[in-house]
Amino acid sequence: MKISVVITLKKDVLDPQGKVIHQTLDGMGFEGINEVRQGKYFEIDTKEDNNKKAGEKVEEMCKKLLANLVIENYKIIEPQ
Amino acid sequence: MNSSVITFPGSNCDRDMDVALKKFGFKNRMVWHNDLELPKSDLVVLPGGFSYGDYLRCGSMASKSKIMKSVLNFAKGGGKVMGICNGFQILVEAGLLPGVLLRNKYLEFICKNVFVKVNNKDNPYFKDIKKDTFEFHIAHNEGNYFCTKEQIKEINDNNQIALFYSDKSGNVNEKNNPNGSIKNIAGVFNKEKNVLGMMPHPERMIDPALSGEDGSIFFENLIDNLK
Repeated sequence: MKISVVITLKKDVLDPQGKVIHQTLDGMGFEGINEVRQGKYFEIDTKEDNNKKAGEKVEEMCKKLLANLVIENYKIIEPQ
Repeated sequence: MNSSVITFPGSNCDRDMDVALKKFGFKNRMVWHNDLELPKSDLVVLPGGFSYGDYLRCGSMASKSKIMKSVLNFAKGGGKVMGICNGFQILVEAGLLPGVLLRNKYLEFICKNVFVKVNNKDNPYFKDIKKDTFEFHIAHNEGNYFCTKEQIKEINDNNQIALFYSDKSGNVNEKNNPNGSIKNIAGVFNKEKNVLGMMPHPERMIDPALSGEDGSIFFENLIDNLK
């Protein structure tokens, strides 16, 4: 089963890379952007075939390694 | 005095630290990250570098290395653990120190000498040290210290801020903040003050012919305090 995780920076954490990407997009002529925040995306292929169990396992991975909860939030995308 | 320097894959300041520790009288051992047991140590040092290629987040992979279980136990039992640069990043990822080190504010790798002001001398690392500001070298891409509002209050209340970036006279202000660190923080302690993490490299300031002597003052004082 494949489970995806999206990690984003929390709101009050400065994201200088996102800012530079925003400026560059502005410079390229993409108008009307309010803000760009950069994050991370993971695809985890696990042998677990129970949705709930797999989700719980991935949540534990997020808490222990994939995200640093001081600065980041995680969102687990359930398999389709 | 016995010390141990942990080498992770990608550490590159481990041998400099070995040279510095030996120069000032430590009997130092190098310890590989895959080892399970720490040799008998009065001080454990996590050196600078790019452990695990800075994958995921700086220090995150190394903080889960096999040897880190022993380092965590050693620290929890009151053992002195010092992390320099990437070692500092490893210590925050391991949960031994509060906060996190973000990408530098202006996105550039910073490699230069800076001045730091000692904020707290009531601990084994800076007790009785004869200077208040030190000239140390920094070389990092992720040294922008950040923590939550609750954490900043806590580390203030517990006197856990070890070093501030400052000017030569010890003035701490935005102008002397190289990387955007919250409150100019360059180093922090854990609550008990036996664990220290800092971005500057004292081991690069131990030879007047090559760099300077402020690191020598730090190490001489440290070994005296640990005796």
